[in-house]
Amino acid sequence: MLCTKLYAVNDNLIISEAFPEKLSDFSFFKDSSAQIPHEEVIPYELISTLFSDYSYKQRWVYVPKSKKAKYEEDWVFNFPTGSALIKTFYYPVDERNPSAGKQLLETRLLLRKEDGWEAVSYAWNKEQNEAYKKVAGKTINVAWTDFVGEEKEVRYRVPNVNQCKECHAADDKISPIGPKARNINKELEFEDGNFNQLVYWMNREIIDEYPLELNSPVDWMDESKNINDRVRSYLDVNCGHCHSPTGNANSTGLYLHLNETRDIHLGKYKKPVATGRGSGGLKYSIVPGKPEESILLHRMESMDPGVMMPESGRALTHEEAVVMVREWILLMQN
Amino acid sequence: MGKNIFKQIKNLYCFRAFAVFVAIFFASNIISKEIIVEPGANAHERLQEAMILMEEGDILRIKSGYYSFEDGLSLDVDGVSVVGDGMEETILDFKDQKAGAQGLLVTSDKVTLKDFSILDAKGDALKVIGAKGINMINLRTEWTGGPKSTNGAYGFYPVESEDVLIDGCVAIGASDAGIYVGQSKNIIVRNSIAQYNVAGIEIENSYYADVYNNLASHNTGGILIFDLPDLPQQGGHHIRVFENQSIDNDTDNFAPEGNIVGEVPRGTGIIIMANSDVEVFNNLLSGNGTVNLSIVSYTDETDDPNYYPHPRRVQVHNNTYGPGGFDPDINTGELAKTLFDISNGNMPDIFWDGVGPLSQMIFGQPDDEKLIISEDSEVTFLTISALKYMMGFSNPTRTDKEEFKGVINPLEPINIDGI
Repeated sequence: MLCTKLYAVNDNLIISEAFPEKLSDFSFFKDSSAQIPHEEVIPYELISTLFSDYSYKQRWVYVPKSKKAKYEEDWVFNFPTGSALIKTFYYPVDERNPSAGKQLLETRLLLRKEDGWEAVSYAWNKEQNEAYKKVAGKTINVAWTDFVGEEKEVRYRVPNVNQCKECHAADDKISPIGPKARNINKELEFEDGNFNQLVYWMNREIIDEYPLELNSPVDWMDESKNINDRVRSYLDVNCGHCHSPTGNANSTGLYLHLNETRDIHLGKYKKPVATGRGSGGLKYSIVPGKPEESILLHRMESMDPGVMMPESGRALTHEEAVVMVREWILLMQN
Repeated sequence: MGKNIFKQIKNLYCFRAFAVFVAIFFASNIISKEIIVEPGANAHERLQEAMILMEEGDILRIKSGYYSFEDGLSLDVDGVSVVGDGMEETILDFKDQKAGAQGLLVTSDKVTLKDFSILDAKGDALKVIGAKGINMINLRTEWTGGPKSTNGAYGFYPVESEDVLIDGCVAIGASDAGIYVGQSKNIIVRNSIAQYNVAGIEIENSYYADVYNNLASHNTGGILIFDLPDLPQQGGHHIRVFENQSIDNDTDNFAPEGNIVGEVPRGTGIIIMANSDVEVFNNLLSGNGTVNLSIVSYTDETDDPNYYPHPRRVQVHNNTYGPGGFDPDINTGELAKTLFDISNGNMPDIFWDGVGPLSQMIFGQPDDEKLIISEDSEVTFLTISALKYMMGFSNPTRTDKEEFKGVINPLEPINIDGI
């Protein structure tokens, strides 16, 4: 008897040279508007996530049939050619009321082609039934109602292809940065039950192995955890892609990735190098005990394009993180 | 018969050359295109898309006119040119910029940028990072509201790059440096104008640079050659500063506080700080109210074990000095006040702070590191003598520059392929 299960995802399109105009051409979703994927497109979540203007994100991973991603220590899985990482950004219409619906903004794709990864984003139309390739990015003015009933709005920017590379790069080549074994080591509610994601990925045969001993980052939102661990986790994912010895901001000498241990490079009593007016008139990146004198906090708070950090990826201030980092600096010893 | 043979051989070579040409033509995939962008609606999207989709060998022409952008632009394609119709004709205006830390960010190699202006960027105007080969020719960066601490930090900002050319460019109003080259190698900055910036031209933590035939005027400090610790590339060396005019640098320091450039006093012509093998010659230094030429060590605290804070093998010769020191900026940083006090108001043309390792301050600089000054007799000089200071002299200075005469070993010119 013929195996009649046909894989719906368009494998050829993933590895072809050009990106199609329409997201639906890839056939990742059974129902685009409702964002219901085909069975072989697996949802996943990360423990520690990037701030993107309070937008919600749904992530999926696709690995072609009979191939597996290889485990890499301290780095993302090595996905085989034909793999896809899919991420939809959206805002709820009203955070208090999920049934009021979602406003889909964009679906970002990282596709593993023969010669390496390529990235592009697809912006959703007003009708919310199709997303179109936006090489040069797009501005979307969004409004939503938050948990406490306040009207929020943002000038949301869908990134252009170059901007993807600002964070998604290793050795000047585009690379995923989220799905590291240590960052997916958490439970998720799947259609077929609750599972640890690493266990689930093994069962679905999309990875070859994972280590039993893992040093996972702390979920920075977990207030039961040690504040230093929380802040280091937050800085790693929001800043560490550029602010590391191999990232785009390595010329600054300010390194905020998880493994940095040296005080001066973490910013303590570190003078700015090429900050310009980003310094806000302050003298050091971090002054232990004095958050109001710390450039790092100043740039986290700012929404001025010439001052704000990260440089791209947000337009709003992450208020909760600012509170956390302020407390962290306040408690810091010399 | 002899003639015929030569003719045959010549024809054979011509045929071969032609055959080789045909083979190369078909083998090469590079067919360069010209892409044209004109002013009008959706200019940002059209221009950014062109910059993303262009391919090696292409030329992107930005036609003359006024372009207003709310977002920054970025270029990451190797081997392309972006050319306007002139720095007065093709105007890229970022005064309404809502996102993006630069006006234009370039991250690819072998790029040529020519003939356009970047105005009023919210951050840096033109940043180039990690490039091997970047030509910036006849470009202007300007903050049009005059010197303000709210202006972006850098006009031209290549960093961590190699084979950097800045030629015929204009930089105005930057709150750090108008033309800045940082942590790079093999650099030429020439035929350019830097005015109304805090630092006009700055070479920092870089190796092998020629800075020549530039005009640096009405900045706070005209030309700065700096080396700072705790950075991936440091130990700046082999810098030639020649045939420049660093004159009338009379703008108050408007750098936002916290930046090291905020210590530069108004009225400095050239400052050499740390760095080794620096040759300063044939420049006109005049109208600088604090000091025309200053050679100093880095004196802030640092724990960096690899950093050497003192200048070595600095050679100063054949420069022309006009009026200087007539209006020292004693309220900014330490340099002006120290100099004013120690000279009893007789401000010199050339100042060396005399700071070095203790042994050198007592016994003098070794021959292979010492400062060499070879200037006309009426040029004045002052250095602080640590020995005299320790011995309790009321005037612990040395002013006889003849003690610093020596044989000049000219540095090699910088060579960038194809320039």
